[in-house]
Amino acid sequence: MATMTVIEAIRGALDELMGEDDRVFLIGEDVEAGGVFRATEGLMAKHEGRVIDSPLAESSIIGIAIGAAHYGLRPVAEIQFADFIHAGFDQLCSEASRWCYRTKGESSLPMVVRAPWGGGVHGGQHHSQSIEAYYAHMPGIKVVAPSFPADYRSLLRASVEDPNPVLFLEHKRTYRLVKQEVDGAPAETKIGRSRIAREGDDLTIYAYGLMLHESLAAANTLASEGIECKVVDLLTLNPLDRETILEAARATGKVLIVHEDTLTGGLGGEIAALIGEHAFEHLDAPVRRLAAPDVPAMPFHHAMEDFFMPDREKIAAAARELAAY
Amino acid sequence: MTSVRTRRERSRTTIDDYLLSEHQLEEMYYYMLLARRLNERMLALNRQGRAPFVIAGAGQEAAQVGAAMALDRGVDYLAPYYRDLGMNLVLGMTAREAMLNLLAKRDDPASHGRQMPSHWGHAERRIVTQSSVVATQLLHATGIGLAAKMRKDPIVVLTCCGEGSTSKGDFHEALNFAAIHRLPVIFYVQNNGYAISESTKKQMPVEHVADRARGYGMRGAVVDGMDGVAVYQTVKPAVDQARRGGGPFLIEAKCYRLWPHSSDDDDTRYRPRKELEEWTRKDPLTTFRARVEEDGIFPREDLDEIEQRVEQEVREAAQWAMMQPDPAPEDALGHVYREA
Repeated sequence: MATMTVIEAIRGALDELMGEDDRVFLIGEDVEAGGVFRATEGLMAKHEGRVIDSPLAESSIIGIAIGAAHYGLRPVAEIQFADFIHAGFDQLCSEASRWCYRTKGESSLPMVVRAPWGGGVHGGQHHSQSIEAYYAHMPGIKVVAPSFPADYRSLLRASVEDPNPVLFLEHKRTYRLVKQEVDGAPAETKIGRSRIAREGDDLTIYAYGLMLHESLAAANTLASEGIECKVVDLLTLNPLDRETILEAARATGKVLIVHEDTLTGGLGGEIAALIGEHAFEHLDAPVRRLAAPDVPAMPFHHAMEDFFMPDREKIAAAARELAAY
Repeated sequence: MTSVRTRRERSRTTIDDYLLSEHQLEEMYYYMLLARRLNERMLALNRQGRAPFVIAGAGQEAAQVGAAMALDRGVDYLAPYYRDLGMNLVLGMTAREAMLNLLAKRDDPASHGRQMPSHWGHAERRIVTQSSVVATQLLHATGIGLAAKMRKDPIVVLTCCGEGSTSKGDFHEALNFAAIHRLPVIFYVQNNGYAISESTKKQMPVEHVADRARGYGMRGAVVDGMDGVAVYQTVKPAVDQARRGGGPFLIEAKCYRLWPHSSDDDDTRYRPRKELEEWTRKDPLTTFRARVEEDGIFPREDLDEIEQRVEQEVREAAQWAMMQPDPAPEDALGHVYREA
């Protein structure tokens, strides 16, 4: 058993995948030098000709990955910060997400776009964004957002092996913060499946990325107060694991959805609607959402950043209120 | 007998100037004519209420057929744009398939009725699926070129756009990347003078798109896109060099959109009739026929025979396609993802 950080899990998975399949290659800004977060460190020397620096042009990174995937390779593109992916929105929305549909399955794109997302790193408005809602709204692209190193490892493998485009979101605050014992056997996490990260009967908290860890911390605090929270690690944001989401809602009757994305149009709305449509009779309280306020983006100053982001205290407070309903 | 022999002797002396065999010249005329007659029939079907939308390549047949003939069919890739009917035909899409596409029939090879007509794609013929968003396909072509270079496959990608697309960021990003990595991609701009209503003067302050090649560190060329022979003579060496590892090319074919932008457009609002008349005199079909007749490459009867064959093929394709099944309403579902 070895202790592994998120970034080590990602780097290790990339290394393994490139070793196993010579169609896998990496493209992105600064990836030859290892990338700004060191996700690709050492891979250039080990896999010659398959780590390719791109110019600073996100549409080209994604568009070129599309072409290479169409040809039969398995590109893993890196967008340096998820905040910059919108320059490639058109290539993802108008092209990648529709490739399989518009050819009625005659062609598909086995490609992965990795993107470090999320706040808590003093990254200000353009190095902290939660971008998932825009892209989870695109049928044709799978969106994955793990929380623990073992899941990063297994879901990155599943994403590269998937015959469809996958947006693989890596919460940058957790890269070195979150550690886990990871054994040698490949984990079983599948795209499209959520997991119960903690059992509890009083209410369910749904979260992903950094907020999953904050939710678990909040659940521990609440347990000492006699409130037992079930915590669902969503893992895949599109397609959602409806079964696990609904089962948890029916079991606890009270639900709290947490994300650091802003409230309106965020993924919490979709999960709330799902629960409202399919688990209404099981609810004992209104569906509760805890999210960032509806301002354009995360502010820079640490006091405002802290104010903007949900955290374990805010989650615990919301859950306490919900439990008392 | 004498006249026939004379004609043949003349053809032997002038055919060398074309750098194309008699068979290739016949093929060139056939495909140019097929593209035009198909487009004419498509527009007729539109006016009869049988086809909802037509976007055509009339006036650009020489630019398209001459360039596509420079490719190794079944080996090289084409990432086309919506006017490229002529290109697709050369690469093996049939007249029947073109009509299936127009009518959004179930068996339309491009999208099975899921996209508007003339949004090409044909997996078997190595024609890459395209959307309506202009210039995105230039990056797909660059990605194919990168993949082929990584795999050491000696293929070439030809990607097309109008001069309108050259204003987009993807045009810049694609040319820049392809030049950095010396990829086997031919960027082929069919400058037809208009982006819907906007003349080239409103789109760029320079005369030639191809002048930008220097800025990317790649080779560029301007060719008379109304002359299929000149187009072939320009594109073929570029394709050969790219295949040998010589890197990308930016080729601009000067041509003209003889029809309105689409079946929904009224070009009298913005295009001077005098200009249209001038360009109509340079129609690539009539000028090609006049030239090969004058040079004695083909007897008039042979050319007439090709015309009749094409008329027959187009009529038959339209009639056949109209009888083919439509997609079922629920075909709107499915194939969002490919199953692993």
